[in-house]
Amino acid sequence: MSMLNGLSYGLLLFMLSAGLTLIFSMMGVLNFAHASFYMIGAYFAYQLSSWSNYWVGFLIAPILVALLGGLFERYMLRKTHKFGHVAELLLTFGLSFVILELVQLVWGRTSVDYAIPTAMQAPLFKLYDSTFQTYRGFMMLVALLMLVSLYLLLKKTRIGLVIQAALTHPDTTEALGHNVPRVFAYVFAGGCGLAALAGVIGGNAFITEPGMAQSVGAIIFVVVVVGGMGSLGGALIASILIGLMQTFAVGLDWSILGGAKSLGVEITSATPGYSLWSLKLSQIAPILPYLLLVLMLIVRPKGIMGTRDE
Amino acid sequence: MNSMMKPIHFKPLNGVRIVVWSAFALILVLLPAIFNSSFAMTLLCFTGIAVIACLSYNMLLGQTGMLSFGHAVYTGLGSFVAVHAMNQIVAGWYLPMWLVPLVGGFAGLFFGVLFGYVTTRKSGTPFAMITLGIGELVFAAALMFPWFFGGEAGINSNRTAGKEMWVNFGLSFGPQIQVYYLIAVYVFFCTVAMYAFTLTPLGRIANAVRDNPERAEFVGYDTRLVRFLVLMASSFFAGIAGGLSSLNIEAANAELLHAIRSGSYLLFVFLGGAIFFFGPILGAVLLVFSLFMLSEFTKAWQLYIGILFLIMVIYAPGGFSSLIMLNLRRVKYGEWRKMRWPYTWMFLFGLIALWGFASIVEMAYQIQVAAGSGSKLTVMTIPLDAASTTSWVIAVIVLIAGGVAFEYWRRKFAKVWSDGEERIADAIKKAEAAIV
Repeated sequence: MSMLNGLSYGLLLFMLSAGLTLIFSMMGVLNFAHASFYMIGAYFAYQLSSWSNYWVGFLIAPILVALLGGLFERYMLRKTHKFGHVAELLLTFGLSFVILELVQLVWGRTSVDYAIPTAMQAPLFKLYDSTFQTYRGFMMLVALLMLVSLYLLLKKTRIGLVIQAALTHPDTTEALGHNVPRVFAYVFAGGCGLAALAGVIGGNAFITEPGMAQSVGAIIFVVVVVGGMGSLGGALIASILIGLMQTFAVGLDWSILGGAKSLGVEITSATPGYSLWSLKLSQIAPILPYLLLVLMLIVRPKGIMGTRDE
Repeated sequence: MNSMMKPIHFKPLNGVRIVVWSAFALILVLLPAIFNSSFAMTLLCFTGIAVIACLSYNMLLGQTGMLSFGHAVYTGLGSFVAVHAMNQIVAGWYLPMWLVPLVGGFAGLFFGVLFGYVTTRKSGTPFAMITLGIGELVFAAALMFPWFFGGEAGINSNRTAGKEMWVNFGLSFGPQIQVYYLIAVYVFFCTVAMYAFTLTPLGRIANAVRDNPERAEFVGYDTRLVRFLVLMASSFFAGIAGGLSSLNIEAANAELLHAIRSGSYLLFVFLGGAIFFFGPILGAVLLVFSLFMLSEFTKAWQLYIGILFLIMVIYAPGGFSSLIMLNLRRVKYGEWRKMRWPYTWMFLFGLIALWGFASIVEMAYQIQVAAGSGSKLTVMTIPLDAASTTSWVIAVIVLIAGGVAFEYWRRKFAKVWSDGEERIADAIKKAEAAIV
């Protein structure tokens, strides 16, 4: 059961990091505001679903956010391009700041009631004693569909071909008559749209509040670094790994103390470093992704599927 | 021969520097005489600490091109170690209270070595992401070890302990003024040290690593080692700032380690300007001003600061310090007079547009956040009512009218500015030709 929950969380992380990775590998821009687009996606979906129904929000919110992302790229990000990647990163950092404030301005500082549609609240099936909610299944389905269509779009269509060409050889692609800046804008918009889609399906599965961007933002950066900068495959593996790791860890009460006990070593509160040994795995769950990051950097700095090492 | 062949003597103590640093010291000494209310005193203390923190951050951002999202790790951990040292003094350690910030500094250095070993493996964007991860790691860990970090409440201490010891020069550190002067002394020496650092071979190579890492590597420098060394130095000064903060507020809590704090260092150092050495000092003043005064003035201050930041990134990536320097250059080349009117009109219409914008934001906040206190409010002394349509219409009209007029003058200004830039470039070229 943890397995399935972890998998659905991991796939959600992948929906987020896929857009981030695409934008990064293409434009070299680390979109710091990516998680903010995820948040706006959830809020837009909440607003639209409160006006009509869930499906309207599901379809329209990502499109609206993609539009916003495209406008941001066209009128702001492109202007800082000449100042280099650090300026671009700073711009998206500032944007995340402004988006957070605007969200609080429009929807308030507390969480909003963005509910799962009643049809999908029912359990899908029962395994042992725990139930698996239909909505979780729906999340996984959407994520997998997105994964497949992203793969097909990039590998099998003409648009994907142009995107891949612009990714590695922007000058040549431009010389062949393609408008590379426009391709960039589309990719940026697409990435933001993906983040918003993740927000639409993740916002009600978890919670829709102003803090949601920050809580997930750092994790998706870990995913991108661990997976290897700019590698979609690596991002998929890393997000599922982290998703599983976090869900499993929360449910486990293991600690070094317990492990030592089963080996016959007794650790008491008098032993030096007792508070460290007695920490339960469930307690350190929030820092596991970051420990993984540090470990990865020491063992394999380029990430799971990374090709270049700076 | 010509002047190009004149040997260059390295004179670190030249006339200009003596004047500038003496003036700096004098300002630090005289400030409490001018601003002597207790609130102003508190602000001055916070500003001094922020100056050290921002300057130490700029060793990374401005001088080595390392964009860090985790600087609060070093200031914060420095604070915690310092607060524990203070409690040990209370318990009877023979450590003078005024050395506590240095304890914080060495704690910062220790963690700089520890985390820097991992983070400096990468540069550029990956470095930024990893520092963010380390920042989250430390913040999350802080809540896990309550015996050291004191959990949600944090750890309190007392700076007046050990006052009977001669080592404190007879100071009790009870009155805020004594703490201010201790901070001022640290600010002065840290600023001098950090400025001197920029002149050392390491500081110069750091610039090279920032500008062109490949060439620096090719010349034979290990860019990773350079980043590592600079990070260590930076975290040392960050730790001093953290230690001073513990001494000042007599407490430390997990908030000090939060990503928001790291983000605000980045934000305000950038606003102050990362290119010039004095930029972060402006940034620190702005930081304390926004945190303590702007936030009293409006609840939406973070929105205004965020928008200001976006505008600065797009139009003035050198921050306020570079705006000052560019305008001084205008004055020097006699170009400033031409810009008086464009500046005046831009400022005037900008202010009008700002009023319209601020009114909209404040009215929205009044409805959303402060609904309990009625719908009436004033924006820059003009009364408004968030519940009436008239107020909204007026605000929107003012915003649009002011914005259009501002944009008109901004375009004129841009023209005058770029013309002047060309003339200055010509003048510099001529001057160079005359020398050779």
